[in-house]
Formats: sequence, C-alpha cells, structure tokens
Amino acid sequence: MRLKILNGCEASAEGAISAGCAFYAGYPITPQNRFPEYMSERMEHFGGVFIQAESETSSINMLFGAAAAGFRCMTSSSSPGISLMQEGISYLAGCELPAVIVNMVRGGPGLGDVTPSQSDYFQSTRGGGHGDYRTIVLAPWSCQEIHDHTYLAFDLADKYRNPVIVLGDGLIAQMYETVRLKPTKKRFPKKPWALDGCSGRKPNSLKSLFLTPGVLEAHNWKLASKWARIEKREIRCESYYCKNSSYIVVSFGTCARIAKEAVERARQEGTDIGLFRPITLWPFPYAQLAECLKNAKKVLVVEMNLGQMIDDVKIAARNSNARIFFYGRPGGGVPDPDEIYKEIKKK
Amino acid sequence: MKAVYQKPESLTSETTIYCPGCGHGIIQKLIAEVIDELGVRERTIGIAPVGCAVLSYNYFNFDVTEAAHGRAPAVATAIKRLLPSRIVFTYQGDGDLAAIGTAEIIHAAARGENFSVFFINNAVYGMTKGQMAPTTLEGQITTTTPGGRNPQIHGFPIRVCELLSSLDGVTYLERTTTSSIQGIISTKKAIKKAILWQMQQKGMSFVEILASCPTNWKKSPADSMKWIKETLEKYYPVKVFKDPGNIL
Repeated sequence: MRLKILNGCEASAEGAISAGCAFYAGYPITPQNRFPEYMSERMEHFGGVFIQAESETSSINMLFGAAAAGFRCMTSSSSPGISLMQEGISYLAGCELPAVIVNMVRGGPGLGDVTPSQSDYFQSTRGGGHGDYRTIVLAPWSCQEIHDHTYLAFDLADKYRNPVIVLGDGLIAQMYETVRLKPTKKRFPKKPWALDGCSGRKPNSLKSLFLTPGVLEAHNWKLASKWARIEKREIRCESYYCKNSSYIVVSFGTCARIAKEAVERARQEGTDIGLFRPITLWPFPYAQLAECLKNAKKVLVVEMNLGQMIDDVKIAARNSNARIFFYGRPGGGVPDPDEIYKEIKKK
Repeated sequence: MKAVYQKPESLTSETTIYCPGCGHGIIQKLIAEVIDELGVRERTIGIAPVGCAVLSYNYFNFDVTEAAHGRAPAVATAIKRLLPSRIVFTYQGDGDLAAIGTAEIIHAAARGENFSVFFINNAVYGMTKGQMAPTTLEGQITTTTPGGRNPQIHGFPIRVCELLSSLDGVTYLERTTTSSIQGIISTKKAIKKAILWQMQQKGMSFVEILASCPTNWKKSPADSMKWIKETLEKYYPVKVFKDPGNIL
C-alpha cells in the first residue's frame, strides 16, 4: 500500500499515471497550476509525453491526436480554459475518442476569480459544446476521491469511447490530504480503430462529418444508444441517513462534504435529516434520489452556484410531494458548515 | 502490354468532390506518389483540414483523421510525439492554417514538431464558396470583398513562409506552384524533401503550394493557371526559404 500526502492536483495526476496515462497537454491557469508543473516532472519520469500548449484550445486538440493514435491522454484546466476546450470536447464525442479532462472549477462568469466554485455544472452535464452529446462527469469531494475518480475516468473513457470530465474545484485543487495510491495498471483494452499506420490492415479514419443524407442522424442514434447504456450502468451516488428521513439535503463535491458536517450536527440535535450526494453528475442518479425522497417533506439543495444541479433534483422529485429549497453561494463563495446548518434550521 | 502509368497505391478509387481545374486533386496525387515511392504507406498518418480537403480520408489509402478547423498541427503534434517512427503530415488550406489556426501552426513550428505540413494557398475560401482568405490579394474580388480587398478595410494578405522563416523550429521551408508542369514537378520534389527531412527528425518541414480554385475565382482552369503565374506568384514568390542540405 502506498500512502502519500498530496494536493488534489497531484492526487489526480497520480491517478492518471497509475491508470497508464501516456500523454498530458495543458496550459497554466489558477487554481490548478500545480497540475502541469507536477505532470511535467512525472511524465518525464515515466516516459510519457508532457506538452505545455499555447492554449487550452490546442491542449484539447492535442488530446484528440493522442486519443486518435490509441494512447491514454488527459488535460487539466479551470473554468475559462475549459470553456475554450468545448469545441474540442464536441469533436472527441463526435469522433468517439476517449480522453480525460479535469476541471478545477473557479468562480465565473468571464475571468471571474480563482476561488472554488461549482458554476460549471450546466456546462459539464449538458454537453458544453455544440451538438447533441454527453460527457460522463465525476464529482470528487476529497483528494483520495479525485485520485480514484481520475483512475476510473480512464477506464470509463476507453470503455465507452467518450470524453470523461472530473469536476473538482479550487478547494480540492489546493487542499492536501493523505492519499492511498492505486496500483499501476498493466493491461489495457485493445483499440483496433486507432490510427497508428495501416500495416497489415485496411486504413482507419476518424471523422465526425457525415454529409450523406440520413447518415449523421444514424450516427447520432448510435451515440444515443451508447449514452443510454452509460445511464443504465454507470450511475454512482452516496446517501447518508436518507432511508425514511423527512428532510434531505442534496449536494455534490466539496459542497457535499461541508453539508455533511451540518447534517451530522442537525441529526445530533434530533432533526430527522439525511444527505444525498450524486457522484456522477451525468449520468445523474434520478431513480436513486427519487427513492430517498419517498418519505421526504423537505429537500434543501446546496451548491456553490446560483442553482444548477437543482434542475436535476426537480426532475428526480417530480413524483414527490417534498418542497424543494435552495441555498447557494455563487462567484467563488464557499459556505461553512455553520452557515448550512442555519439554512437547514430555517426551512 | 507494359503499364507506363498507374494510380498510386496511396490513393483509393473514390471519385473526388473537387471541381474541374482544382489544385487539390493534383497535390494529393503528388503526395500519394511520394508516399508510394518512399514505401511508407503503411506507416503514414495524415491529418485532414476543414474545407474542401476535409474528405481526404476518402481519397488517401492510409490512416487519415479529421481535425477541428485550424487545429491539425495540434493533432499532429500529439500523434508524432507518441508515434515517432510514423510519417505524419497535415494538409491545410489558407483559411485553416493562416486564419483560424494561426496560433496552432506558429507554435507547432516554434516547438520544432517533427511532422510535415502541406499548406495549400489558393487565396480564397473554397468550401464556403469564395469568401476572403487571409491570403487574398489586394484588389481581389471575393464574396466578402465585392469591391476587391482593400487593405484599409480588410487588412493585408499574410505571407506565411516569410512569417515562419524566422522560427528556428522549422527546418525545411519552401513555396512552390502548380501553375506549370515544371512547377508541379518542383512541388513533388518539395513534398518528397519534406517527408525525407521528417524521417531525419529535423523538425518541422513545411511546403506552401500555390494552387487554383477556378470555381471561386470565376475563371476557366486555363485562365486560373495563368492567374497564379502572373498574379499570385508575384506576391507569393516561389522560393526555397530553408533547406538544411541535399537530401534527394
């Protein structure tokens, strides 16, 4: 067992290296500058490729090339940089290429600030770029989890030939915790579709352009069936004290970890309350949350934004009689447990 | 009977979408011939642009990928770094390389990425039907410069080879033309040299090729050739900008 004290950037990078990541491209942006710095050294050590690109646009297109050549690849950035990558993520989804993108979210819109936020929920879970597509989104709440999620993201990306987003934030990026490292992966899935020269086979091509009438629609239906498979198999979530509780707090990532402390305190004082935490933001655990809401009278959604995940909570709660409340801190505001506890008591 | 000429193995039998007199057909055939002659078809990976040549993956009989508009040099960078023994090239038009993809080509060149670039300059946007390109000449009429390109309003055309010649990461840099048989022969030589220098791992090898677009120039194929020679070549002189030695 290997234990290390790492911050979220380093923990994620180590997860990638354990998962066999052979290529990293990135561009400096706060609060995740430690990521490219750490990768520049580690990739050299492992014989992988590290490139400091001229922009996030270039980074994501380098990932397109690395994935096309059949290699495991990743980039990391923070919100404004991730916005620049949306074109490339759409192409990855359209061409069915596996890649891992870590977003250490900061406050927006625009240049915003460099403090932790969850305001990229819509962008991550609704496709983000142009076209009808989805990316798998994992939302860790600790350094251990961003390590595990990054490792898992590579397997999911390869399994479904689809980009996967690990949605951290400025807090996870800069916080240090003890991390138990994953063993190094030795066996990888074969990629007969990859472009590595057509020796002994017919030429391969990768494209998202289908001009013949009906062909693009058929391609979209094929992608839709893949996303339906992901929705069926890859949902991840956690619930604490949700069974039969009349009051449920729903929160994800860093915010859920803060909310958990507030929920524990309210329980100690006798409040009949539980916490539901989606781990995959897409696919969203609608059925699992609906189950938790069976006896709920009140739901409090807590996010570090103006209310984005709450839309999905409302979909999950469409057959529930519970009243839904929201508490959010946009623009880089981070709530403390006491603040959330007071909100719980107020409702 | 003795065959004196045949289609290169590096081309498929697909009929191209290219218009009569278009430069793409000539240049892609030259690339295919060179790849055949060097015996590298089975280890070549091409990156197609956005524009008329996007369908290159239907015409080249080796591995070819699409790239987002202008991003081919970023895609090629990763492929070549991960597969250094393969022959990697981008095939890009003037809008792709010199407008939307300016950052990608400049920085791939500055990093000295070891792939070849075939830059097709026909001074107009082809697939979108004739708008101003970054290489459109002063006075040239396009669908977005109906009164002719006026530098006061539309800016000046970019000479890409001259721009790249200051970057140490570019090893081999030549501008050729397809306006004559001699020009086409020189173009093929330049394509070959570019790939040979790539095989020597010398950094970026870059060939700008002046080509015709009769449809959007609203000229006959014959007049188009004449226009390249008499007008385009005046602003974009055919020239070897950088060549580290005799490789042919």
